[in-house]
Amino acid sequence: MTDILLLMFSVILIENFIFSRFLGCCPFLGVSEKPATALGMGFAVTFVMTLSSAVTYAVYHLILVPNKLEYFSTVVFILIIASLVQLIEMFMHKYIPALYSALGIYLPLITTNCAVLGAALINIRSKFSFIESVVFGFSAAIGFTLAIVIFAGVRERMAFADPPKAFRGLPIALVAAGLLAMAFSGFVGMSFS
Amino acid sequence: MKRGKLTGSITKGQRSKTLPFGIQSLLSVLKEGVIESNPVFVQVLGTCPALAVTTSAKNAFGMGLAVIFVLMGSNLLISLLRRFIPSQIRIASYIVVISTFVTVIEMLIETYIPGLYNSLGIFLPLIVVNCIVLARAEAYASKNPPLLALLDGFAMGVGFTVALVLLGGIREILGAGTLFEHNLFGEGFKPATLFVKPAGAFIIFGFLMAGVAKLRSYINGKKRNKNDKKEAAAL
Repeated sequence: MTDILLLMFSVILIENFIFSRFLGCCPFLGVSEKPATALGMGFAVTFVMTLSSAVTYAVYHLILVPNKLEYFSTVVFILIIASLVQLIEMFMHKYIPALYSALGIYLPLITTNCAVLGAALINIRSKFSFIESVVFGFSAAIGFTLAIVIFAGVRERMAFADPPKAFRGLPIALVAAGLLAMAFSGFVGMSFS
Repeated sequence: MKRGKLTGSITKGQRSKTLPFGIQSLLSVLKEGVIESNPVFVQVLGTCPALAVTTSAKNAFGMGLAVIFVLMGSNLLISLLRRFIPSQIRIASYIVVISTFVTVIEMLIETYIPGLYNSLGIFLPLIVVNCIVLARAEAYASKNPPLLALLDGFAMGVGFTVALVLLGGIREILGAGTLFEHNLFGEGFKPATLFVKPAGAFIIFGFLMAGVAKLRSYINGKKRNKNDKKEAAAL
């Protein structure tokens, strides 16, 4: 149990998906103009990443390994994620329309979010168990949500700033992200062992 | 996407009729990919690998070459299949094509350059979800003949590689005092390790993007000045 908690904390804070592993930077820069949309994106990613971690783990260990098809994993994983996203979208549309109207627009974007495929690949490469994989996927997504919501708050404030002309828009946002990453690197000193 | 400009320059080349495109338009396609609509600095696609693998110029170069291979391969195949892929499932088909090429290059690098394979880590298989590859498949390869698609893949890949090597080179010089693993400043130099760390990646990327924006507005301003002068002379 403590192992699981330690894994969660280290994935959320110390090895934050965005600030230390650089996974999911596209939505991090693209959908972080307002905290509310950032939160929506974060929830959608959490939902998909937790599910896809479980499904890719099962498929890898029950189908690919027994048939010696490990080298095929990238192709299989991306197809699983794409169809999973499609499935979730249709399911939500039919049964939970309220949730669909809140998260619906973010779902198609998630297929090409490298954090989702990245989590599936890291699960396999670190030889995690099933529980660890699911926890890893879930907490990595929570870390992603934390980062994107904080960053959206920063960007909202930045609207009032007056940087040099060439820096307007993304360049100054990237510098701000760098400062945030510096703050997060303070967690590296933490050790639980 | 600045496709209009791209196809425009190619039709000019087609007038010669002996070749599908001349050297002139080859250069202009390259210029388009590297400067005008650089995938990293201008279109802001593929930021994850651009930030993650640029801890050294060597890694950045390796990643760039892998992306050039995947882009050229997938653009060529998708362009050849463009009449056979039904439009409803085109994205899924593109992803299958792209991930096949990624698997090929992954296996090749694992066998022949294991050092690079280890330092690129999961970012090698993650080329599959690199937005540049899918964007070129959707916006260019699915609408143009194979040779042009191949050329476009090459130009965009080179643009990506140039951006990555620039970022990786600067980070390596500032953060480790070396370039392509050659020591630049002698033994006494104390590098600012911040720049090989994640925070430095974001900051350098921001400054480079601002630099490119400045450069582009300078070039465009110059062009506008020239046009204004021409118009004035014509009047």
